[in-house]
Amino acid sequence: MFQNVGEMALLFWRAILALPVAWRQRRKVFEQFFEIGNASLLMVCLLSFFIGAVIALQTGPMLVERSLSSAVGGVVGLAICRELAPVLMSILIAGRIGSAMAAEIGSMRVYQEIDALRTMNINPIHYLVVPRLVSIAVALPLLVVFAILVGWLGGAVVSFSNDRIAIPIQTFYSNLRDVVVVKDVLNGVFKSFVFAIVIAVVSCHQGLTTRDGPRGIGRSVTKAVVNSIVIIVIVDYILTRALLGA
Amino acid sequence: MTSKANHRSGVGLQVRGLRRSLGGQEILRGLDFDVRPGEIFVIMGPSGSGKSVLLRHLIGLETPSEGEIQVDGQSILAEGVMNKYRIAMVFQSGGLLNSLTVGENVGLYLTEHQLKTPEEIARVVAEKLEDVGLKGTEGKMPSELSGGMRKRVAIARALAIEPQLIFYDEPTSELDPLSSVVIAEEIASLNERIGVTSVVVSHDRELSFGIADRVAVINEGRIITIGTPAEVRRSPDPMVQEFLTAGFKRPATV
Ligand SMILES: Nc1ncnc2c1ncn2[C@@H]1O[C@H](COP(=O)(O)OP(=O)(O)O)[C@@H](O)[C@H]1O
Ligand SMILES: [Mg+2]
Repeated sequence: MFQNVGEMALLFWRAILALPVAWRQRRKVFEQFFEIGNASLLMVCLLSFFIGAVIALQTGPMLVERSLSSAVGGVVGLAICRELAPVLMSILIAGRIGSAMAAEIGSMRVYQEIDALRTMNINPIHYLVVPRLVSIAVALPLLVVFAILVGWLGGAVVSFSNDRIAIPIQTFYSNLRDVVVVKDVLNGVFKSFVFAIVIAVVSCHQGLTTRDGPRGIGRSVTKAVVNSIVIIVIVDYILTRALLGA
Repeated sequence: MTSKANHRSGVGLQVRGLRRSLGGQEILRGLDFDVRPGEIFVIMGPSGSGKSVLLRHLIGLETPSEGEIQVDGQSILAEGVMNKYRIAMVFQSGGLLNSLTVGENVGLYLTEHQLKTPEEIARVVAEKLEDVGLKGTEGKMPSELSGGMRKRVAIARALAIEPQLIFYDEPTSELDPLSSVVIAEEIASLNERIGVTSVVVSHDRELSFGIADRVAVINEGRIITIGTPAEVRRSPDPMVQEFLTAGFKRPATV
């Protein structure tokens, strides 16, 4: 999978150089943007609510036993905004949107649609890659903001309703406000912006390099999702170190 | 065959020493020929002889292992050549964008290069679809069409580019005999009307000899004969003769 890193870097660079065409392709950017929203908003809600809930469940009783019930909001809040929301939402989007990107572009490649574009002097990077890159780079961070808020809510609800934690919602939120600063949220959102680029570049690259006819499309889709996830987790470590300054 | 009214827009093509290996096998084994501005040049040959691969090189989708293809003296792969000349290709399977409607497909070139206003584009699209006998199909999706109709949409899309050079890969291969004649007539009349240069790949002997100004017969990546239809018919090459005269013969019943 890493032998393609050079090709992907080149694709990314070409897409960056072509960014000014995004304005001309704005209709496609909006289409993609709403497709991402439509396809994932409900899933994001559900997923992030339960992630918040389970983190509260895992950490809450332990903190309460050690009379640290005032720390529950902070722990849950930080875990969600710094790490869980950006990473898990990106993985969800890799599965939901990255796969669609690889499948669409892969089938266009297999059925000579991309060749047809090239004979019409239409650059596939302008026409296919730029709109997808721009729309996911905007949509994923927004989804992550949303996921953070819903995740906090999930944490708060479980902390309040679970007998072994049982802290009032106000206490949860006031502790969360004391511990979590705006920078924590921004770090998480920034990470998801980088992950969005990873998903778009990896998936478009897989689509564009689909080989061996229709059978190859399935392989491209699988590789797009798996490679995106692996790279997201690795990049997450690197970014976390850089952002924490540690 | 026909006298060309004008050659104002047709552009010629020069192929020099073209070789290409794919998957460890030499598919194109040294091709040299010229396509003259405004003519209909037909490339014939059995399946697997390298016709489609040749066309992909001629339009600059592939890079030769050796040799060069020139449009009007400049390499087809040179920067800006595809901008300078209007070149179109009708793919063997049509090559329509399945996510776009028929109308959007036909207008794609004009839309993407912002050459006309949306109203003008709609007019051109309607006109080109009518030319290929598919009036009023703008709103359909390619998946709703038969193979033959898709090919005609692909031709309409190529016409909307107002090309100076147009490539057809097996334009009649999926069509019924009647539609084949319509398409053949369309290729010929387009050639006369706007003086476009046409390169047609086909193994349909009737079509080829019906519309060609010149014919090249290729086999195993080499040109075995090239000339006017009459010259090719007179070719002494046994392979050419076999290809031109082969026909299904009913086994004699006892
Ligand atoms: N991408 C490729 N890799 C390897 N071999 C190929 C490739 N494309 C075509 N070929 C081979 O080249 C030969 C000519 O193919 P093609 O040009 O499609 O024939 P046709 O004359 O029927 O259009 C065939 O033997 C085919 O298997
Ligand atoms: Mg072919």
